[in-house]
Amino acid sequence: MNFVGLFNYWIVMILMMIGFYIVIAQGNLVKKLVGLTLFQTSVFIMYITMGKIEGATAPILSEGETLYSNPLPHVLILTAIVVGIATTALGLALVVRIKESYDTIEEDEINQKDQEC
Amino acid sequence: MNAIFDIISWALLVSGGFLCISGAVGLLRFPDFFTRMHAASVTDSLATTLILTGLFIQADAWIVQVKLVMVLLFVLLTSPTAGHALAKAALHAGQKPALGKQPKTTMEAGR
Amino acid sequence: MELIINMALLSMLAMTAIAIVRIKDLFAVAMLAGIYGLISASFFVMLDAVDVAFTEASVGAGISTLLMLTTLAITGRFEKADKKSRTRFALPLVLLTGGLLIYGTLDMPSFGAADAPVQEHVAPRYLNDSEQEIGIPNVVTSVLASYRSFDTFGEVIVIFTAGIGVLALLMRSDLPPAKGSKSTASMHEHMVLRIVAKMLIPLILLFGLYVQFHGEYGPGGGFQAGVIFASAFFLYAMLYGMNAARRVIDSVVVQILAALGVLIYGTTGVISLLSGKNFLDYSVLSHDAVHAQHLGILFIELGVGLTVATVMIIIFFTFSGRNQVEGETD
Repeated sequence: MNFVGLFNYWIVMILMMIGFYIVIAQGNLVKKLVGLTLFQTSVFIMYITMGKIEGATAPILSEGETLYSNPLPHVLILTAIVVGIATTALGLALVVRIKESYDTIEEDEINQKDQEC
Repeated sequence: MNAIFDIISWALLVSGGFLCISGAVGLLRFPDFFTRMHAASVTDSLATTLILTGLFIQADAWIVQVKLVMVLLFVLLTSPTAGHALAKAALHAGQKPALGKQPKTTMEAGR
Repeated sequence: MELIINMALLSMLAMTAIAIVRIKDLFAVAMLAGIYGLISASFFVMLDAVDVAFTEASVGAGISTLLMLTTLAITGRFEKADKKSRTRFALPLVLLTGGLLIYGTLDMPSFGAADAPVQEHVAPRYLNDSEQEIGIPNVVTSVLASYRSFDTFGEVIVIFTAGIGVLALLMRSDLPPAKGSKSTASMHEHMVLRIVAKMLIPLILLFGLYVQFHGEYGPGGGFQAGVIFASAFFLYAMLYGMNAARRVIDSVVVQILAALGVLIYGTTGVISLLSGKNFLDYSVLSHDAVHAQHLGILFIELGVGLTVATVMIIIFFTFSGRNQVEGETD
């Protein structure tokens, strides 16, 4: 088992699970969005790790280089990063509105206030 | 000639790295917010200058050296400003620097 | 040697993530999330993904931290402690899923192999043919802006939709319009910051323009340039007050420019449709094929940069406007 080669992927899985834990176990809405960001970035790391070639250079064509890293994961992850920030911005706007309506952003307090009405 | 350049850039990079580590240790161990700010700002200004100068000697194209000088100027302009902004915000929030024991009057100090 | 740096960076990422789980002070969590973005940007540079590192550093470590801090100013700083019932259920689930995923990675092709399945079929075609067909050195930009321009169109529309969504949720119509009052008392308070900002803002705008137009020759392009451009406006707004910032760039103008960016992108595609070819086929823009590709990439990167910059400004102004008390000018 190639430990050195697999270390990247294991760290990706660990980061993904930490983000997942934050989303399901912690109650504060802003903290959940931070956990979601952690999750997204770990997926980006996995894609970029898959595209790397040993001994290659960045995919910018220049004289004297023959081996380039795969540009396709870079393009996909570029799009994903920008879509991720758009989603986070919208999520944070929703959190602000929730705070104004319920006066709290802890999930169990919001559920409690919903059940009281 | 190359060996001398290598040795000089080695010394600069290693001393810059050492200052980074000592700045981090100071950030953790100093007693007060403002002393910790000072430790962090050493990392920002002096360590960055040493590391970038070491890289400058190692660069192979002149355009890379020009870019490194521009990066250095930008960092020297913005990092102390950021430290100033942080210290200002801390003072505004009520954080007071921890002072040593001061004598109340000179008569008491002489006693 | 690279391997040690990679492993050190990844270990720092894992430690930052664990710290984010355990800390209850949300300002510290926002800062740690910014550090997380910056370390992953360094890691992307180590893995030869320079465009991605640029975008992650500007978006993940810059804009994301700023938005979270703006939200935390409205919602509050500390979070409650974890509920025991939740953690008792969540932790075994997370460990089980993590174990299954790690078991799944044992079948992955080894790291850095040149004959992995992902390196075949499409990627060599892009790398080999990009020089003749499109003629720009940065292959990532040529794939993003020409081969896969339809995906990028969708991305621009997603950003625009997020801007509209934030406006729909948080826009306040009861704010006083920007008056012509000079800011008097606050000038002396922020002297050092204002002078340094005055020196930096033209340089930031110039750098944004440089990144926009040099995205074809090095790392860069529309997204990074839009974010850098917007950050100059954020700096001005934070130091001189929202009123002064609204006088510089009016809310209505910003909204029109955001829609204009998407329109420029769509018009480039529709022009190709009206000339009888496929949507976003750039060959109709000029007689020479390579020159036509350059023109097409220029237009759509302009649309992308315009939309991203203005939507970021819209989001920041809307969040700050929500926090503003009626009658205040700063």
